[in-house]
Amino acid sequence: MPPSVTHRQLLEPGTLAGALRLLRDEERLVPMAGCTDLYVLLNFGTLAPTRFLNLWPLDELRGIERRANVIRIGALTTYTDLIRAPIVRRDLPMLAAAAREVGGVQIQNRGTLGGNVANGSPAGDTLPVLAAAEAVVELRSASGVRQVPFRSFYTGYRETILRRDELIAAFEVPRLGPVRQYFRKVGSRAAQAISKVVMAGTGGARPRVAFGSVGPTVVRLPNTEAALAQGLPIAEAQRVLLSEIAPIDDLRSTAEYRRRVAANLLAEFWAHCGTGPRRAPVHRR
Amino acid sequence: MTPAAIRLTVNGRRVTSSAPPLTRLLDVLRGEWNLTGTKEGCGEGECGACTVLVDGAPVNSCLVPIAQMAGVRVTTIEGLKGKHPLQGAFVELGGAQCGICTPGMIMAAVALKSRPSTADMQAGLAGNLCRCTGYAGIYRAIRRATRSR
Repeated sequence: MPPSVTHRQLLEPGTLAGALRLLRDEERLVPMAGCTDLYVLLNFGTLAPTRFLNLWPLDELRGIERRANVIRIGALTTYTDLIRAPIVRRDLPMLAAAAREVGGVQIQNRGTLGGNVANGSPAGDTLPVLAAAEAVVELRSASGVRQVPFRSFYTGYRETILRRDELIAAFEVPRLGPVRQYFRKVGSRAAQAISKVVMAGTGGARPRVAFGSVGPTVVRLPNTEAALAQGLPIAEAQRVLLSEIAPIDDLRSTAEYRRRVAANLLAEFWAHCGTGPRRAPVHRR
Repeated sequence: MTPAAIRLTVNGRRVTSSAPPLTRLLDVLRGEWNLTGTKEGCGEGECGACTVLVDGAPVNSCLVPIAQMAGVRVTTIEGLKGKHPLQGAFVELGGAQCGICTPGMIMAAVALKSRPSTADMQAGLAGNLCRCTGYAGIYRAIRRATRSR
């Protein structure tokens, strides 16, 4: 049976400035982008909010461009846009790899990077990439702009520092240079499945390691990174890793399985990315 | 500010919907325009049965509000008029059994590049589930149809 929508209201701001004014002035507006998460809740009958703000037509929030030492990615950029963008494929291949493994083509054509971050699932596939790349999130409100390190964006399970009157406008990813990048998602199948464990990392002298689905939020693992940077044996780095993550049992997997897979991914990452500055392709299965 | 009627093109014809703005495209297609070839499977973007093309790109019509369809071109299985080479090939080569996935499967296949490799088909159809065929018949049909097009 189709979900009832007659009691729900959609505001159409037309411009980003208009959207920000509405967020400032109106109560309880839920921003709506590609709808690939929101409409799952709608179809399940668990979408409580009744008033929405249509961001999809706001082209000001789209696009991928190089600016000085960063790649700037608009919040409404879809996974398909990321997969196709030459800048992303060349300089941020771990993000293209993550985008290719989100849902199927249908989801990739609508789902957005900003939506993945705003939805805030600890299993979000692009989140470890943004964490490992040390991205900055640009938040806009009617009263201004603030730039927040992605690392400090989440404060708890699906909780963020985003204020009610703010939108995620863009992400800026610093140029990573010639270090190897790694992305791997482990789920029940390659497409569609939600991650049991997802990891992104960069190699080189200052390795960076980020995991999803091993705690209430995406995590960077500074102690594990330090162990790798010091050249400790991988078994030692894996022990540090296991002390830094806190996976749980849930319907997709068990904590024990996640610990084992996380340790294995770390070893695979370090085998691919641990030596030398040579740029190598992201791991593909 | 109040959303007006939504105008778009469906299967080459200009149409207008006055459905509430958050109505799913799927429900407008089936309920308002009687285009019942598009099926609802899971309602969560997993199965792809409701796949239609929006400006040529496959989209789950159960996950988009009609309000986001203003000005776009939508193509449903009816838009292929039963004459697309993929449709004949699916019939002849066992690409369809129970049929519930078939309209969405064909719409996703229409968007594949010409002469797709097996990997291209697997990636392009990853969002479409079929519980009857085991996919071999589907891949055979797509190979045949794209060879002759």
